[in-house]
Amino acid sequence: MLNASKHLLFILAPLVVVFALLPGVYQNHLLLFNFVIFLILAQGVNIIYGFTGYLPFGYVGFFGAGAYGFAIMVMHLQTPAPLAVLVGGLVAIALGLLLTPLLRLSGAYFAIANLAASLAVLHFVANPALEGITKGPYGVSLTGTFNPTHAYYAAVVVMALTVGAVIYLKNSPFGLALQAVREDAVSASMAGVNIIKMRVIAWLASALVAGLAGGIYAWYVSVFYPDNVFSGEFSIFAIVFALFGGVATITGPIVGVLILYGIYNLIGFTTPQYFQLIYGLLIMGLVLFLPAGLVSLATRRGWHVP
Amino acid sequence: MTYALVAGVLFGLYFSLVGIGLNLVFGVMRIVNLAHGDILMLGAFIALGVVGIAGIDPLFAVPLAFVVFVLAGVLLYWVLVPRLQGSANPEMLSIILFFGLSQVIEAVTTIFAGTSERSIQSRLLGTVFTTIKVKWFGGKAAGAGPIQIFGQGFPAPWVIAAITSLIAIGLVYLYLYHTRLGTLTRAVMSRRDEALATGIDVDRVSAAAFGIGLGIAAVAGVFAPFMFGSVTPAFGADATVTSFAIVVLGSLGNPLGTALGGVVYGLCYMLVQTYLSSWADLLPYVLLIVILLLRPSGLLGRRVRVA
Repeated sequence: MLNASKHLLFILAPLVVVFALLPGVYQNHLLLFNFVIFLILAQGVNIIYGFTGYLPFGYVGFFGAGAYGFAIMVMHLQTPAPLAVLVGGLVAIALGLLLTPLLRLSGAYFAIANLAASLAVLHFVANPALEGITKGPYGVSLTGTFNPTHAYYAAVVVMALTVGAVIYLKNSPFGLALQAVREDAVSASMAGVNIIKMRVIAWLASALVAGLAGGIYAWYVSVFYPDNVFSGEFSIFAIVFALFGGVATITGPIVGVLILYGIYNLIGFTTPQYFQLIYGLLIMGLVLFLPAGLVSLATRRGWHVP
Repeated sequence: MTYALVAGVLFGLYFSLVGIGLNLVFGVMRIVNLAHGDILMLGAFIALGVVGIAGIDPLFAVPLAFVVFVLAGVLLYWVLVPRLQGSANPEMLSIILFFGLSQVIEAVTTIFAGTSERSIQSRLLGTVFTTIKVKWFGGKAAGAGPIQIFGQGFPAPWVIAAITSLIAIGLVYLYLYHTRLGTLTRAVMSRRDEALATGIDVDRVSAAAFGIGLGIAAVAGVFAPFMFGSVTPAFGADATVTSFAIVVLGSLGNPLGTALGGVVYGLCYMLVQTYLSSWADLLPYVLLIVILLLRPSGLLGRRVRVA
């Protein structure tokens, strides 16, 4: 467990300290908050894609479910925000359980079914027939719990937990077993690994972090529409960030978010279509020339990357 | 009721045309072409160009779009695919690669065409038929009004799109089952490594299938402005999801199943829209998931589950 404490000390601790202190130094808090949210989501994708090989193309479904879990608790039961965030996480877990049959599908089938599932949840939530519960397509407004400062620190806490979970996966027999399942499910089950249990745990863990992130997002922005919190951009960004850095590592997704989301904010706001062009080309170049992510530049030279 | 059923079949045939190219690409190469919807969108812009610049019947855009995109597809294949197939997990990475491509296409189209909605007057489609009729049989040029089927009137573009789709599906069938290249294509579909071992030039066959898949998508795109009212550069993403629903419904990797999937989808869509309109948006996705879970291989599929 020496490695694990090293990772905690040299990766997680600096990350948390930096993001806990930055709001005092840097004025654009929304930007910092988005960075933290994408760090959570990219690591959540890392848990499910990096360690089990399932590509969650509809990952945003959990995020949106968490946001609406939060909104419904606050609107109908007047729960305090932190509790409602936890409920958001539970809603995402429930959705994850509902979707566990999808894990029977392999490869592209899973990715497509997951995408369809997230869109189904979006259209379900946005249905005008359910206006009494979810406010349908008209969006929710939660001014009562609005407190961006607390929400930001809650996000940092969830980010710490998520990165901690990835550190655990990277250093534990459990994570090793998961990677064995990813590489060759049949051999792994021959070696005594309970593949179904392993996959379901990883799936629900990544659902939980996305749900918590969604709940905190709802807390932070307080006014949103179904199309905002179920926007496919969240899934795509999280996946691309994680891949860009390199999945199945601790640092890869972090590097990916910091670099790509940084670029996005430098050029994305002024000229979105040029950014989209650069972004698309970057993604294509990444897949063709660096399919294992930025970290593979280092691993190719024989350096060990945590 | 009759209206909904006939409209469902008409739309369904068109939807088959939308999905079949995607399925051909997936079946042969195990590549998920997420840029499929964007090719559709480009096909629609070719139609817009033909109408805007030459001022002739958009039907002339059909062969043009097909030829342009078969060539573009073959070219694109050689640039992208061999390198992709060499990587560790081509099926997954293809999703991301083609997502990147779809972003590039969308961005470039937005830069050149702006984000406004484009549409074509529906009476322009099929004017070539009325002209021929007037020339050969005399009479006067009537505008293409609604076409009567079972006592109900349907917009002419719907019928023309459905007929074109039937012809295109028939041609795909002929290609796959009655030409040499088509037989080789089916061999690659059923088992890529054995086909390679038998000495089939898998790359050439795949490039042809990729080109044809894109070509058909572009042809389907020509009709998109009429079937969906209008197109924008961002239209591609929605079209991709719908195509996936249709393709999975039929069964991934079986292009002819897509024809069935399209009709089933079209019928369900029209019926739900007639009777339960507020839930119509939910339909494609729920249908997709239910089919995947009950029959993961689609209505006409083989077993594909692994572990």
